[in-house]
Amino acid sequence: MKKKISIYPTEQKVFPYLLILPNFLIFTIFIIIPFCYGIVMSFTNWKGIGAINFTGIENYIRIFSDSEYWDSIFRTLKYALIYLPIAIIVPLFFATQLVKKIRFRGIYRTLFFWPSMISPIVIGISFRFIFGNSTGCINYLVQILGFSKLNLMTSNAGAIFVLILASVWCGTGGTMIIFMSGLENISTVYYEAAEIDGATSRKKFFYITLPLLKPTMFLVFITGIITVFKTFALTMQLTQGGPGDATKYVVQNIYDTAFSKAQLGYACTQSLILTLIIATFTVFQFKINKGGAINDN
Amino acid sequence: MTISPVLKRQRRKVSFSVYLLLTVLGLFYLFPIIWVFLSSFKGYIELFEYPPKFLPKSFYPINYIESFVKGDWVRYFTNTFLVTAVSTLICVVISEMGGYAFAKYNFKGRNFLFILFISTLMLPLEVLMIPIFIVIKKVGMYDSLWGLIIPSAATPFGIFLIRQFYLSIPNEYIDSARIDGAHEWQIFLRIMVPLGKSIMACLAIFSALWRWNDYLWPLLVIRNDNNYTLQLALANFSGQYNIQWQTIIAMMVLSMLPLLIIFLFFQKQIVDGMAMSGLKG
Repeated sequence: MKKKISIYPTEQKVFPYLLILPNFLIFTIFIIIPFCYGIVMSFTNWKGIGAINFTGIENYIRIFSDSEYWDSIFRTLKYALIYLPIAIIVPLFFATQLVKKIRFRGIYRTLFFWPSMISPIVIGISFRFIFGNSTGCINYLVQILGFSKLNLMTSNAGAIFVLILASVWCGTGGTMIIFMSGLENISTVYYEAAEIDGATSRKKFFYITLPLLKPTMFLVFITGIITVFKTFALTMQLTQGGPGDATKYVVQNIYDTAFSKAQLGYACTQSLILTLIIATFTVFQFKINKGGAINDN
Repeated sequence: MTISPVLKRQRRKVSFSVYLLLTVLGLFYLFPIIWVFLSSFKGYIELFEYPPKFLPKSFYPINYIESFVKGDWVRYFTNTFLVTAVSTLICVVISEMGGYAFAKYNFKGRNFLFILFISTLMLPLEVLMIPIFIVIKKVGMYDSLWGLIIPSAATPFGIFLIRQFYLSIPNEYIDSARIDGAHEWQIFLRIMVPLGKSIMACLAIFSALWRWNDYLWPLLVIRNDNNYTLQLALANFSGQYNIQWQTIIAMMVLSMLPLLIIFLFFQKQIVDGMAMSGLKG
């Protein structure tokens, strides 16, 4: 704003503060204060009730040798490693097709997007129902095809397979939309030049589309990693972290430390490490998207 | 979304095999929804019948009726609806205010506050759940619907979305209104709010979607089953040893049906909002 034109100068100064006040209050009380409180609590051995005793850096020493915690982090990373390539390639394929003006475009888009509208709880229960050992129709189909009954939900690999299927199913829509807007931002000049040179559509995809889609791809990758690290509701419903600990990821580990083992102080320490991981990825996300990429809660 | 001319020309190049692949995969994506929907009309014995049948014997909604008569599902629906409606209303109002202030005023501390607000993205509920749980208890919102409504009403996404919109509105509107002697609140309420109707609608859809589907907040805040939301009820009742599958499936269908229908009507807003913010559901 170059010059101030106003016959009410004080009003112009006070009004913006009033406008941001409600947001400011909620952010302060429910995010900033808890964050600071969490840091303080991470130095205590509070159990949720009783006195709060400061134990210095004991929690931080403990977390270094807490194999259960690090296992859950590595398990999360392993899950990301299997999940992310599929969660990028599948939506990318749909996006490259749906960005063309093909017939029934709206119907296809609806079909691939609909699962994104469904809550993780409903997805978890539905997939448990469909793939379950006793309730599942998938087991029946598998037997028709001549295979022996799959006990998907009670084997480690099976449970992870169903979990990845469920997360790809409900993650496709959002990623597809982001890829579609990325594809639409690629200038048509490149394709025109390539067509004059007689490039095949496969060549155009690998030499024009993919390189120019790199920023979008990176954005999808980062938001994907953050989503994986936040995995909680879906696994709670689908597998309860099982069988054994096979699908017990880091957020569930923290939740269990706090509420099953009643070690709220130590759980705060665990949360802080996770905060560092997520914050690092978010900074990357800001850098790519120039502060534009937003994820709710 | 607009289609560029070159992409438009590629239409002819989409072969039959691509259509076939898209259709088959589309049916795969649809299958879980259809299967759950059809199962919601099956009785207990029919559900576990072997071999399973695709279509139910009848479409009489007995599971729905029995769930509402025997269970407390009317209450869970009411709770969810209340939380979604009130929280979304508050979210739209305060985001509209905040986003507009960040876009159109040059006040002291603006950049600092904006970065502070947007940085809270680094602190999703998943990492703050334990201290938030303690704070919620301290401020007396534990086990009350207000504990779901108030904290989740302020979202960085909302502020960001509204701010982006008002950055595209020329300042001349404000300047000329000021010359005419308008008060700041008059400019906001009479000129800016009406201009922002469409972006507020977009935010309202996202907020409603998130609140309706939310599980983690209710899990942390709610204890008494009188205050259960749909997602919390579904999660808790399906975790019991003796699962009432007929009820769970029927209520799952009722909880997702409104959202699937909403998508049909508001595709444009949802898709544009996602594309614009780089948000992934």
